[in-house]
Amino acid sequence: MNVAAPFEGIGASVRRKEDFRFLQGRGAYTDDFNRQGQLHAWILRSPHAHARIKGVDTAAAAKMPGVVAVYTGADMARDNLGGLPCGWQIHNKDGSPMAEPPHPVLAHEKVRHVGDPVAVAIAATREQARDAAEAIAVDYEVLQAAATMADAQKPGAPAIHDGVAGNLCYDWHIGDKAVVDAAFAGAAKVVSLDLVNNRLIPNAMEPRAALGEFDRTTGEYTLHTTSQNPHVIRLLMGANVLHIPESKLRVVAPDVGGGFGSKIYHYAEEAIVTWSAGKLGRPVKWTADRSESFMSDAHGRDHVSKAELALDANGKILGLRVHTQANMGAYLSTFAPCVPTYLYATLLAGVYTTPVIYCEVKAVFTNTVPVDAYRGAGRPEATFLLERLMDVAAQETGIDRVDLRRRNFIPTDAFPYQTPVALQYDSGNYHATLDQALVASDWAGFEARRAESEKRGKLRGIGISTYLEACGIAPSAVVGSLGARAGLYEVGTIRVHPTGSVTVLTGAHSHGQGHETTFAQLVADKLGVPIAQVDVVHGDTAKVPFGMGTYGSRSLAVGGSAMMKAMDKIIAKGKRIAAHLMEASVDDIEFERGTFRVAGTDKTKALVDISVAAYVPHNYPIEELEPGLDETAFYDPKNFTYPGGCHIAEVEIDPDTGKVSMVNFTAVDDVGRVINPMIVEGQVQGGIAQGIGQALLETCVYDANGQLLSGSMMDYTMPRADDLAPVSVATHTTLCTHNPLGVKGCGEVGAIGSPPAVINAVVDALRDYGVRSLDMPATPSKIWRIINGGRRMAAE
Amino acid sequence: MYDFAYHKPASVADAVKLLADPDTKAISGGHTLLPALKHRLNRPSALVDLSGIAEMKGIRRQGNAIVVGALTRHVEVATNAEVAAAIPALAYMAGHIGDVQVRNRGTIGGSVSNNDPAADYPAAVLGLGATVHTSKRKIAADDFFLGMFTTALEADEILVAVEFPIVDKAGYAKMKNPASRYVMAGVFVSKAGGAVRVAVNGAGPCVFRQADMEKALAANWSADALAGISQSPDGLNADIHGSAEYRAHLVGVMAKRALAAAG
Repeated sequence: MNVAAPFEGIGASVRRKEDFRFLQGRGAYTDDFNRQGQLHAWILRSPHAHARIKGVDTAAAAKMPGVVAVYTGADMARDNLGGLPCGWQIHNKDGSPMAEPPHPVLAHEKVRHVGDPVAVAIAATREQARDAAEAIAVDYEVLQAAATMADAQKPGAPAIHDGVAGNLCYDWHIGDKAVVDAAFAGAAKVVSLDLVNNRLIPNAMEPRAALGEFDRTTGEYTLHTTSQNPHVIRLLMGANVLHIPESKLRVVAPDVGGGFGSKIYHYAEEAIVTWSAGKLGRPVKWTADRSESFMSDAHGRDHVSKAELALDANGKILGLRVHTQANMGAYLSTFAPCVPTYLYATLLAGVYTTPVIYCEVKAVFTNTVPVDAYRGAGRPEATFLLERLMDVAAQETGIDRVDLRRRNFIPTDAFPYQTPVALQYDSGNYHATLDQALVASDWAGFEARRAESEKRGKLRGIGISTYLEACGIAPSAVVGSLGARAGLYEVGTIRVHPTGSVTVLTGAHSHGQGHETTFAQLVADKLGVPIAQVDVVHGDTAKVPFGMGTYGSRSLAVGGSAMMKAMDKIIAKGKRIAAHLMEASVDDIEFERGTFRVAGTDKTKALVDISVAAYVPHNYPIEELEPGLDETAFYDPKNFTYPGGCHIAEVEIDPDTGKVSMVNFTAVDDVGRVINPMIVEGQVQGGIAQGIGQALLETCVYDANGQLLSGSMMDYTMPRADDLAPVSVATHTTLCTHNPLGVKGCGEVGAIGSPPAVINAVVDALRDYGVRSLDMPATPSKIWRIINGGRRMAAE
Repeated sequence: MYDFAYHKPASVADAVKLLADPDTKAISGGHTLLPALKHRLNRPSALVDLSGIAEMKGIRRQGNAIVVGALTRHVEVATNAEVAAAIPALAYMAGHIGDVQVRNRGTIGGSVSNNDPAADYPAAVLGLGATVHTSKRKIAADDFFLGMFTTALEADEILVAVEFPIVDKAGYAKMKNPASRYVMAGVFVSKAGGAVRVAVNGAGPCVFRQADMEKALAANWSADALAGISQSPDGLNADIHGSAEYRAHLVGVMAKRALAAAG
């Protein structure tokens, strides 16, 4: 009987291999690792947003039951530890470097936000460590806090860092202001809009955790941590903070329950447990509780912008001028400075032929949790600004909002397309994704649905967003010239074992993305090995040669490309072995899905024949070829990738309560070649859930003293299943032209494209109330105020 | 959480004796107390677990009333056939508290004794004019809820059961806090003969009766009667989710919806 194996290669919706262990509770997360003699750390955090530390008395805490050590910032300073480093340097308009104040691991002399770590108690149990932390007496001199960017920039504002004038991190710009001003001077119409991009708290399902170990025999340190990029943590912590060479430091990021950006960065707790383990010679574990996550995981977004669009009489965009203030929080997190600059302003062309763009960005320190990249990172902020502005422009020019977008789309035959803000798009078809989304959402039938809602006393609206993002980051030389202090290539190893099974080692890290399946499919497709015989290993610096990790929708476009390159090397070597075994010329050997063939003959060798020969080289061209079938490739992308598409949201508002309900959501995304459609659909849906969260539900709120009011899920509105709409996800593919897979990336499109579609729908639903500007989230009370105010206006 | 002693008495009398110590706390479903303990916001010397007290359990019809034992979980009230037949609004209310996990653990006694301004049960107790049975007396709903997290219960007194009169009509509607899903503003209305009760929860620091609405509905049990009545925002709650004015507005909206549900 000859049963064909089911196709598992590129394009197959194979079920996720990793889900067997996750669904059976057999995942192994950092907090699941427990070591003999393990101690527990509890971090004492600042209750004040801004205060001087006049003294820390640890005497009582040190004597408490089970306590092994209590350390403060002063102890770390005595050991000459470095501060937490920043991985990106931005330059000001005048060419000078940004302000880069120190970021001590444990606060020293001053605390700068609620949650800033001040001391650590280490004890036999977690409860004992917590008891001891409570017994540490800190003498604070409370200082005036600057909780908002406006407060931080006022004359006489408290100085958060010594030597940082006006709490300004940098004043940066891109584009030629004079040219843009001239375009505005000649415009038939100028549309202007003030926007706030609300601050978000990431809330990965698994809180952060870290387990440090020190081996006194070998002098080696091991850190298990909830990270999206263990090699980067090894580099940053080893070289900058603890001064441990890479050869003596192993970093493992095992199963990780969600990251969304918040687990990219090097955090204080990782250094604390590793350093303490070395001092004490015992493993030290720290696991955040949810309250700590709220006040110590890097937050996202938080922009205040003024945007202006210049148009000619036909609605053709002549120029865009943007002024943005971006909140950095109290310290610079690892990649914070690049988010509101090179991941934001460079995206302001969007899918449009805007000929000239000027954007200036002021980054400001405040007494709040540091802000860094969060799913989308800069690109959602740019997309929200642009797509809201397009709707206002449509309203004010009287041009239909879909038509206005079409008039300005980059034509399908204009690729490669050079934007005025540095990026060169390689491919896309914005008309196609728009057309497909209009049909899928029954855009044409909306007025009938609106009338039906009206009969039920509800206000219905529909909104659109035609977006683009740049991901698959990034060409190392390009980001290096823009201030990155690292390269952004990726590493892949393909290890074909003697009996034909395959181990893939990747520097990318899976924390929900399904890499163990998608990457196995690449091997199945190219080498013809069933995915059951392909294991993907990631997240361990002792196993994987090197890596830059997972963020910016780069794992497949960059990491997958490295694997393809490594597989090319495997095939090239395999052909030489096959040529030897079949006594043919290498040039005559063909390879397709697991079979080497002498061209034009029926002489073949399976991959397993080659791997056996490679590892048992009895009959082998040993003089000219090394044994083994194990190849590593580094892949540095030639360009960013440019996913894009069209999102359409439909909402219904209850005018009595102001509650906005999602009734429909349609996404048509061009993510390049799709390896596993089911996984792509899940990724896009998840991103849309977060986008709807930002648009309707989530916001981080500080009071004037810098106290976090939205410090738990009692007050921070995480999206739940019943907050979401039926989401229809489809793809329309144009291939990426510069990577071997033609892939673009799908992890962030949902969070980038959806917020303006939702808000445009809400504004559309409120069309009788004269709404022009609407900040996220569109909460019931906010919508009620608008409706109530509108009614009052009508009555007067 | 800090260390505490644990007691599990088998009778109301024994529980009351243990609770005479002011540092002890009674625990029922634990849905409010346990999170507070985990956050170290509360430091009782001992917990008195009431779950072993048989006389505090069960739902029974008694004359023209439904008597619900203090340990009865929300899911039991929501799915009890006798409650559904006699006071469907009570079953509906219980079936919409929190989520499935909350309803499977939380108890009526815990909710009513705690008197969280954003809890559901106090609205039903006050809106139906129930009688609270305690370890030492019976207290009318009107005399029971004294203020935010404050009731007429004395330190050594525990709630044993709640007696709900079977009314002609009753209805409940609420707007949930988008984050916590507790009540932002809720209204429980009932009609028993000529007597109308309108209880408001979520909106103020303590559940309260809306006298203007009661008067209007007693004269004319219809939405029209509510048309001209507005709730004053004075003294209502305000937070990052909504102003006092918004909550006052919601009281009017929820009153209409509760009335529609009552029929």
